[in-house]
Amino acid sequence: MGGKSSTPLIVKGKRLDGRKPEELRPIKIEAGVLNRADGSCYVEWGKNKVIAAVYGPRELHPKHLQDNTQAVLRCRYNMAPFSVDDRKRPGPDRRSVEISKVIREALERVVFLNYFPTSAIDVFMEVLQADAGTRCAALTAASVALADAGVPMRDLVAGCAAGKVDGTVVLDLMQEEDNYGEGDLPLGYIPSKDEIVLLQMDGDFTKDEFKTALNYAIKGAKKIYALQKEALKRKYTTNKETAKWI
Amino acid sequence: MDINRELKRHFIGRLVQDGRRIDGRGFDEMREISIEQNVIPDKAEGSAFVKLGNTEVLCGVKMDVGEPFPDTPEEGVMMTGAELVPIASPEFEAGRPGEDAIELARVVDRGIRESHMISLDKLVISPGERVWMVFIDLHILNHDGNLIDASTLAAVSALKSAWVPKFEDEKVIREKSSDLPISKIPLSFTYAKIDDAILLDPILDEEFAMDARLTVTTSGTHLHAMQKGETGAFKPEEVFNIVDTTFSKYKEVKKLIK
Repeated sequence: MGGKSSTPLIVKGKRLDGRKPEELRPIKIEAGVLNRADGSCYVEWGKNKVIAAVYGPRELHPKHLQDNTQAVLRCRYNMAPFSVDDRKRPGPDRRSVEISKVIREALERVVFLNYFPTSAIDVFMEVLQADAGTRCAALTAASVALADAGVPMRDLVAGCAAGKVDGTVVLDLMQEEDNYGEGDLPLGYIPSKDEIVLLQMDGDFTKDEFKTALNYAIKGAKKIYALQKEALKRKYTTNKETAKWI
Repeated sequence: MDINRELKRHFIGRLVQDGRRIDGRGFDEMREISIEQNVIPDKAEGSAFVKLGNTEVLCGVKMDVGEPFPDTPEEGVMMTGAELVPIASPEFEAGRPGEDAIELARVVDRGIRESHMISLDKLVISPGERVWMVFIDLHILNHDGNLIDASTLAAVSALKSAWVPKFEDEKVIREKSSDLPISKIPLSFTYAKIDDAILLDPILDEEFAMDARLTVTTSGTHLHAMQKGETGAFKPEEVFNIVDTTFSKYKEVKKLIK
């Protein structure tokens, strides 16, 4: 929600990339793309490229961090320095610390942590190219990677954002819409239980706009959920040699 | 496992099932709020001390001159920081802000920024080169739950009391030239979900017992920020109900802002 755009972002009901307000960008999800990780997932979401790796359950060191009632879930959302227009300084900043926290809290809802006391489950998410909506793409990739690692889960979490552009509520903001739009609402959702596990919002929404945006995001998340399941099934039905993204 | 916390969790969970809270409040009732402005009168350009029940937050506003961000050359700059200093709770440790402090500062910042409370376009000295920077710093003095709402109240009250110094011959002179230009008043409302009950303004013991947390920031007619926290979940209807409650609570609390 930075500056103002000099040109309209929606013309005759169509967005800059030709999408209708309630349309997602093209999305590709692939499970099991990394060799060394216990589970992994690569997501292409419009121009976003995000990869997630899961290690564990494994022994947690140092020992004083162990919890003898359940596993400790650790999440790290990280952006590559080259993933954005102006080079990002490597390492965690305030934004990525916050995003790692809300993603972890979303995933803790679905992972059976109590099966693995004293151990750690580590989730690493790397944004290789960013084009708005990276936290939803990272959450989506992380939950597929957890399932790919064989970590027992209640369900997958699907991420999807809605927002407001030129006074219109739209699904799945792209970069220009995020920069010059009037609002953003990232959501983490568990479709089988109709549960919201990640919810953030910034911008300017009336009550009705918010309701519409949340309903859009839920509908979007349900579509993402179908793609996540498809990706996991595909891993076990096809015999591919290497991941396409390398 | 912290046994004290577990026992409190069970006790509060049982109370909530009976429709009661540990301090006798209704589920959508705030604690008593007191606000004192200009508590750091000699050094800070704006300040406020807020009590929300036993939670106490001190906020100071400092003004400085600097360069604007390249993408907003004709706007001043605002930044919000929070420190969970060890005097507020035995659980807080000195040192660099952890994820709780970062989340707190960013949620407060989002409400103020997105509501356009500060008219940043009026804080330009020379476009693209020199603008006023507004630093909002939150010091938590006593942690008894709901730091987000107490901090938003403190930040908003401190900004309301803040003034812009003089800038002459490339130097900041700490004398008042004008009031800080303020338009809307954003206020945040935080809810704790315990089992199926939703409680406004949780105290610390209720925070130990909560499954999930949701903060909603509004300026009266529009929503500007939201943040869900903790590992539990909300149903969509619960979120819509929380939004409705927030709009009606805003009218009550807004009266206290001077």
